[in-house]
Amino acid sequence: MGGVVVVGGGLGGLRAAESLRASGYAGAITVVGDEPHLPYNRPPLSKEALSGGVEIDRLLFRRKAGVDDVAWLLGRAAVASDLAAHTVTLADGASLEFDGLVIASGIRPRRLPIPGPSGGRHVLRTADDAGYLRSRMAPGTHVIIMGAGFIGCETAATARKLGCEVAIVAIDPEPMVRPLGTELGAGLRRRHEAHGVHFHLGHTIDAFHGTSYDVESVSLSDGTELPASIVIEAVGSVTNVEWLDGNGLDLSDGLLVDSAMQVDTPLAPVVAVGDIARHPNALFDGIPRRIEHWNMPTETGRRAGATLAALLGGSEPDRSPFTAMPSFWSDQYSYRLQSFGMPGIADRIVVVDGDPDGPCIVEYHDATGLIGVVGVDRTQDLVPYRKQLMSRGLATR
Amino acid sequence: MTVRITIDPGKCQGYGQCCFEADDIFLLGDEPPVRASADVAEDRRADAERAADVCPMQAITVE
Repeated sequence: MGGVVVVGGGLGGLRAAESLRASGYAGAITVVGDEPHLPYNRPPLSKEALSGGVEIDRLLFRRKAGVDDVAWLLGRAAVASDLAAHTVTLADGASLEFDGLVIASGIRPRRLPIPGPSGGRHVLRTADDAGYLRSRMAPGTHVIIMGAGFIGCETAATARKLGCEVAIVAIDPEPMVRPLGTELGAGLRRRHEAHGVHFHLGHTIDAFHGTSYDVESVSLSDGTELPASIVIEAVGSVTNVEWLDGNGLDLSDGLLVDSAMQVDTPLAPVVAVGDIARHPNALFDGIPRRIEHWNMPTETGRRAGATLAALLGGSEPDRSPFTAMPSFWSDQYSYRLQSFGMPGIADRIVVVDGDPDGPCIVEYHDATGLIGVVGVDRTQDLVPYRKQLMSRGLATR
Repeated sequence: MTVRITIDPGKCQGYGQCCFEADDIFLLGDEPPVRASADVAEDRRADAERAADVCPMQAITVE
């Protein structure tokens, strides 16, 4: 067989395959995905797909003509690999040989070991998750959300729209505090509270109570007991790296890659993309990080495909600095939050225009100057900010 | 030869990611929220495709 095997059927896998073709690679490409669907768009899962129902055909990404001949092995998980032998093993026992490998297996929601029944505990990562949760959310349903990050807050807003009773339990002092900071986080919390969401911040869930089939209540670290029909756990992610065990790779935080998205291994040509790739970004401090923003699979996939095409074609890949602008957005109720850069690593945060309870612009700085910006309902005003961030000098690290 | 760009009005929600990526091709407005330039030269095709790639709603077609 041979050719390129892409493990991961999400956006990163798709963009890497498209980039391989755009870079002139003409060999076989096989994409392995553990979900039954072709690559689809996940952000709507906590928003319109959760409120209005999941129509997978509307969520599928348009695929560029170059990947028409790609073989999609869907609903089949990779469970092992032997880079020295150039093989990937699937859950059904099939073995795929490769000349080059793209690691695009991404992340899954982190689950915490909490005593009590597991029935009624859910996550929101896949279209199937969203479809199931949609069927469980009705007016008056008691929804407990663990975690006050973007997925937790967007899900809370959608659950309120559906008429559910919603409580958010999180250890953080404010919602979305790590990327946004305390002041904006507090402003967004007040908006959620005005829409009827109850926050239990600085606390954890210590136990679930109910039958073996379903949770009926949760108890918090301060002794509070809350009624619960369903619990949605949105407390971060873990990387899907287990299938790479035994190859001498550092799997402690995804896959470390260089600026060309190549994994440091002498065993085979391997690149990594998307949520799982711990990559340097010379626009900022150059410290390799995993960035779980929606645009990064596209940015890293484009580079990784070009790199692997070069490696398989016998030429040296472009190893010039990787410079991509991290970008995220979030819709909650009627407000829209948009960001560029790396606000999460700032040491100085300034609300420069408006206030955190309404439309506003917030700047994020470190010793090198502006490193990030967040706008709430200020899309037009972000255009010059993005330009300013793109023109930052390159890190020398 | 020019690049033909179509924005699906049923999908576009005005995130503006295309405008951030190529602000001389895509223009933010009110109604519709985003307009694409009618006259994009062939040498800008890659820029238009990059902008289409980062559309959160995947509303942009580049032909």
